[in-house]
Amino acid sequence: MDSNSNNIVQAKALGKQVPSPEGTLTILDDINLSIKQGESLAVIGVSGSGKSTLLGLLAGLDIPTSGKVVLNGTILNDLDEDGRAQIRNQSVGFVFQSFHLLPGLTALENTALPLELAGSVQAEELAKQKLADVGLSERIHHYPNQLSGGEQQRVAIARAFASNPKILFADEPTGNLDQKTGQRIIDLLFNMNKDNGTTLVMVTHDDALASLCDRKIIMAGGRLTTD
Amino acid sequence: MNTFKYAFTGLKRDWYSGELRLIGISILIAVACLSSVSFFTDRVRRATEQQATELLAADLVLISSAKIKNEFIDSANRIGLIISLNESFRSVVVKDDQLELAEVKAVDSNYPIRGHLRTSDDLFSEEQINATVPAAGTAWVDSRLLQALQVTLGESINVGAAELIVDKILTYEPDRGGDLFNIAPRLLMNRADLDKTKLILPGSRIKYRLLLGGKSESIDLYRDQLKLDKNENVRVQGIKDARPEIKTALERAEQFLGLAALVSIALAGLAIAMSAQRFAVRHYDNCAIMRCLGLQQREISQIYFYQLMILGLICSLFGCAIGFFAQEGLNQMMIGMTQQSLPKPSWRPVFSGIFTGLITVLAFALPQLMRLRKISPLRVLRKDLTPLPLNNYVIYIVAIIALVLLSPWQSGDISLTIYTVLGLFLTAIVLAVSAKLIIKLLKQLQPKLKMTARYGLANVSRRSNQSVMQIMGIGIGVTVMLLLTLVRTDLLAGWQNRLPDDAPNYFLINIQPDQVEGIQNSLSISLNNDITLYPMIRGRLTKINDSNVSPDDYEDPRANRLAAREFNLSYADTMQDDNRIVAGEWWSKSENIENYFSVEEGIAETLGIKVGDNLSYSIAGQEIKGKVLNLRWVEWDSLNANFFVVSNTDALMSYPSTFISSLFIPDSKRSVLIDLIKQYPSITVFDIDAILKQVRAIMNQVVRTVEFVFIFTILTGIAVLFAALQSTHDERTHEAALMSALGASRKQIISGLIAEFMLLGIITGILSAIAASIIELALAEYVFKMDVVINPLLWLIAPLVCCLIIVATGLIGTRKVLASSPMLVLRKT
Repeated sequence: MDSNSNNIVQAKALGKQVPSPEGTLTILDDINLSIKQGESLAVIGVSGSGKSTLLGLLAGLDIPTSGKVVLNGTILNDLDEDGRAQIRNQSVGFVFQSFHLLPGLTALENTALPLELAGSVQAEELAKQKLADVGLSERIHHYPNQLSGGEQQRVAIARAFASNPKILFADEPTGNLDQKTGQRIIDLLFNMNKDNGTTLVMVTHDDALASLCDRKIIMAGGRLTTD
Repeated sequence: MNTFKYAFTGLKRDWYSGELRLIGISILIAVACLSSVSFFTDRVRRATEQQATELLAADLVLISSAKIKNEFIDSANRIGLIISLNESFRSVVVKDDQLELAEVKAVDSNYPIRGHLRTSDDLFSEEQINATVPAAGTAWVDSRLLQALQVTLGESINVGAAELIVDKILTYEPDRGGDLFNIAPRLLMNRADLDKTKLILPGSRIKYRLLLGGKSESIDLYRDQLKLDKNENVRVQGIKDARPEIKTALERAEQFLGLAALVSIALAGLAIAMSAQRFAVRHYDNCAIMRCLGLQQREISQIYFYQLMILGLICSLFGCAIGFFAQEGLNQMMIGMTQQSLPKPSWRPVFSGIFTGLITVLAFALPQLMRLRKISPLRVLRKDLTPLPLNNYVIYIVAIIALVLLSPWQSGDISLTIYTVLGLFLTAIVLAVSAKLIIKLLKQLQPKLKMTARYGLANVSRRSNQSVMQIMGIGIGVTVMLLLTLVRTDLLAGWQNRLPDDAPNYFLINIQPDQVEGIQNSLSISLNNDITLYPMIRGRLTKINDSNVSPDDYEDPRANRLAAREFNLSYADTMQDDNRIVAGEWWSKSENIENYFSVEEGIAETLGIKVGDNLSYSIAGQEIKGKVLNLRWVEWDSLNANFFVVSNTDALMSYPSTFISSLFIPDSKRSVLIDLIKQYPSITVFDIDAILKQVRAIMNQVVRTVEFVFIFTILTGIAVLFAALQSTHDERTHEAALMSALGASRKQIISGLIAEFMLLGIITGILSAIAASIIELALAEYVFKMDVVINPLLWLIAPLVCCLIIVATGLIGTRKVLASSPMLVLRKT
């Protein structure tokens, strides 16, 4: 095996173009990137620099126009939507800026959702454990609208770690939180990441937050300026 | 700014957004429903008027005891009406040594102007429609005369001095009319032979009739020109004079179908209001920018008002077109059933359709869109600045006013309208409350369910308001459909089961007291069954307590008729099995010291008779007085002989009476009937089977019409479903994207949606089944007075049908949701 064998995510000559009234618009151009198992990586850049698009492609939420993404040894380009969904379910966790909890489900049900999607029979027990890990044992039967922003994000973190993903993608995880709550969430996220040995890819425009990561890359105009 | 032009271009642009399309489709369905009902009732009204003319055999009839004056005929000729003259009189008809009193009618070749004569070539054999009248020198006689005279076709009989050959058996003449129980055997002959009879002599009791036919305007013109001297003994009968109950029945049918259409309009209104709300929310930013750029509030209002008017007008026109074709389809269904095509409809339904479309869209959509004028221009900087939501009361009040405004258009009866609108709201509230309750209860189960079921239930309960709307929208339509299909079959089966196989199929009337024993014996032997003969006495109600009864005292046409004519009384000491006391008590024989009456509850209500009232009857010139001891419910559809008023035996036994009986004669024993008629030529036989067939055909027709109207109700229910789905579209799209991001396969997402729609379907189905069962029980108890077992299929079919409709509609309505990319979760942060 070559040196790449330690890489959990690889992007090779990744490009994304979308049609627009003015012609084809290039959002990402020739991105080459490797992320090692257990590494934490910050993607920073201004609005419109392409960092969310890159995150989406790396996580298999979208497919590139050119180049390829290899996630945990699987070339995502070769899979259809259901195939990519399966990869996401087995290997990927997400934490979003807006938490994205399903409002009709309780904290416990939200946390158990990825496990149930995977067909786990122990979904509820595992979910309870993860909620205990984020300090929400007392609030497992609460609905998202009964929880504070910080609590909702903790549920989202519990959900992200519920299926023991190999890699966690976080998109501005503190963007909707006040500084104090944001700090607690970051501590929690990094601690759990460390405890679980998970690879973390985090999009942020907060330099302080980015500096907590092992490595940071800067996006500008759809290209990587630093790796 | 040219607000109209802007509104028009805006409308074209927004048409593709979805909400406007749904508003448009809702108007389209509501107007299609209403106009199909209007077109159809318009045509049925015309057809019924034609049928009523058949009962007169003309459009207008002048009846006189003297020869019809030439001036009446001349004036009809001038207007260009079809004219037919006939004379009718009673005369003895002779065949060898047999004599029989018959009702003779001498007609010309134009008779009948409306309807047809029907004849047969053999007793009780199939009848044919005849386009001609008896040729000169011939006569057509009815079966009773044929049997009484023991004459066969081809033989001759004598009417006065004229000898006529019996050519056919007369089975039906349109204007036979008269009192069902007092008709002599009939003979139809040609007017050309009238002089030969030498029966038209001064002092002869002859009825002269002038039958007229033509377009309704010409008939009206003739009627206007008719100057009748009060002393002149000429009676004029038009369609409405002849059968007021036909007009009433038609008005009822129109009201009912109109109110059924109103249910569709109400549901369409709900769909429109839901879509308009979403349309408004999506236009907040647009309006804020326009306001920022200097547009005035008035101009914003104008733009949206114009848009709604244009949309309403176009969709109403298309709705009318669909309504026209839809009723044409219904007409095709009717043709097979009645062998008669309906006349062409008028243009009136188009105008009422457009009016309804505009009122509906304005009432349900305008309040939502008028909020847009209150958008603050500051919203361009602060997104959270939204106009205050509408007060719910305002929405409800506007909706109720609109429905009340629209329904007199349908029903022409304000109290009926108010009851219906209130009933509709009450049903909606009961459905909504029950649905909410069920959803709340089910939510307790959520943690115990599997993932997809839980996801489905979570969606139903979280969007409980939309869920309730969906349940209401589909529930109302399905309930009515269940009533029309399953429940109708149940009730019919209940009725048919109740009718024993040997339910009477013949009535024997005009039985003289001295024939009672003979007939009873003869029939008991040949049919191997005891036959009851009931006495029948003709009497006119003269007084209720001490007030004289006059037709003028009653506005109700039925009461008016009942007060004017004699009706049949009977006497008995025990009540018939198919009667039930509803007030008071039956008399025992020992109590027979006074005269007692038992009155049928319907007639008692019509004439205002209560238990304890004293009634006076005039019977053969004598007055008899008695006390009302009880009111009875009568099972008329048992087909047994029954009476409005029954007295104790002692009260009426001494008065002149005839007897009546109803009996079952199987086909194999029809000869018994012929023998009986031969033995007792003066009795009259009526075939009930023929009447029943007609009743069933009419009932099927009515049910089909109602079912047809309620198909539109289901369609509007589906529009409500779509509106509800549309209002949650963004939310659903986002959720599907999130589920996908978390690793849900397409199949898992679809399963979740199916679970949600199935759950809605089951709730709707169960509620519809409950509603249909309650209505069925109420109908069985209060209307049909019979026991009915709720069809267990109801509980299977209702949820199944509702699931099918809601799952199919739901999946179509959310197909775009399934196509949503998981990337949306990153974009919409």
